[in-house]
Amino acid sequence: MTKIKTQSLHKRESTLAQSKRQLEILSNGIFQNGELPTFKSKISETNQFPLKAKKLEILQINIGYMCNQVCEHCHVDAGPDRQEIMTKETMQQCLYVIKNTGAHTLDLTGGAPEMNPNFRWFIEEAAKAGIKDFIVRSNLTIIRANKKYYDLPEFFKKHNVHVVSSMPHWTRGKTDKQRGDGVFDKSIKALQELNAVGYGMPDSNLRLDLVYNPSGAFLPGDQASMEKDFKKALLEDFGIQFHNLFAITNLPISRFLDYLIASENYEDYMYALVEAYNPSAVANVMCTNTLSVSWEGYLFDCDFNQMLELPVSSKIKHISEYNEELLEGRNIVISQHCYGCTAGAGSSCQGTVA
Amino acid sequence: MSKTYYDPADLRKFGKITEWSEDIGNKFFDYYGKVFEEGALTAREKSLIALAVAHTEQCPYCIDAYTKDGLQRGVTKEEMMEAIHVGAAIKSGATLVHGVQMMNKVNKLDG
Repeated sequence: MTKIKTQSLHKRESTLAQSKRQLEILSNGIFQNGELPTFKSKISETNQFPLKAKKLEILQINIGYMCNQVCEHCHVDAGPDRQEIMTKETMQQCLYVIKNTGAHTLDLTGGAPEMNPNFRWFIEEAAKAGIKDFIVRSNLTIIRANKKYYDLPEFFKKHNVHVVSSMPHWTRGKTDKQRGDGVFDKSIKALQELNAVGYGMPDSNLRLDLVYNPSGAFLPGDQASMEKDFKKALLEDFGIQFHNLFAITNLPISRFLDYLIASENYEDYMYALVEAYNPSAVANVMCTNTLSVSWEGYLFDCDFNQMLELPVSSKIKHISEYNEELLEGRNIVISQHCYGCTAGAGSSCQGTVA
Repeated sequence: MSKTYYDPADLRKFGKITEWSEDIGNKFFDYYGKVFEEGALTAREKSLIALAVAHTEQCPYCIDAYTKDGLQRGVTKEEMMEAIHVGAAIKSGATLVHGVQMMNKVNKLDG
């Protein structure tokens, strides 16, 4: 049984805080000795290498790694000790792109994006662009963390923000194991407050979706079945309603990789990912229609590549140089962590893809 | 050759049984897959039944497989343990109900 850590890998000066070390682990061992095929060779079997970026649909912006939680599985290695925060200047560069992009979805993430001191200003400005789907990934507990955040449900409502929140299970034990003591109770309270202003209600346009990712070294079950179970339990136990559940696979990077290695589950987990490989999920992996922007404004194929410091394969590297046409058709940068997005029904920030 | 009877890695090789008897091996896996599909019982309920039977059969491969399967389906540890108790109750009940046979025999031979 592992106990949740209270500091990021960076703060603990773990070697796994270094993306280079993570990439070495993902390339060596069972992938080097041929026991398991590399992701490149696997997608080559169906002539899907190289993966190519299609038309941009989702612009995902990570506005900082600071978070009030230190979740066991966090691929960002976020936490209260992380100081990386997007500046207002970089936000302004993002806003220029938001106002001019053809993307239909804007997806703000972190850390806890709400902890960026310019978060509200950014939301107000970004909302003016009138993008069809404006997502904020909220960890829920931030709404109850400090009274300065208590009005977030009303603020989200005012700007018609689509709230997407993590909820690993409908029981306290499993949720707190992954996300920290007390997280479940605060999350329930936050969900009730979001419901109270209209979020997640059956006929409401105020979208509230939950993200489920497994609490340990196993893959997510069927998304539709899980959604049914979540809805039943949260409604019966707490009177909570929400729209959809996104089942997301934990990718073997950062803190989840650290957990897999420490619990001696790494090889079995990689076997499970490879065995569950679904070629039909490859065509729809999120990196083909998403662009990830880091707190410093650099561009990546996805949030996972951002954390592994694998920049886009393009001469356009930064949001200030943004050119949608030049980025379209680029080769996606891959490694073995990509198996996480092609297992079973596939996985993306919007749930399954196959 | 392995020095132990059971190797967790062998579970991954289960599918290889078709290599030495392809036709009936494939028929088994087709049947197996069909059994666990959503039907009158949910796949979740079937998973819990499988976990209980895995224990009564004392099959380490099945225990590993259906513990993981249960976790993937959001089954809680309390539900898993209750399912195992159902298996254990039937197993012990099945033992004890034979006590009636013993009693019948005693009564006939020495009553």
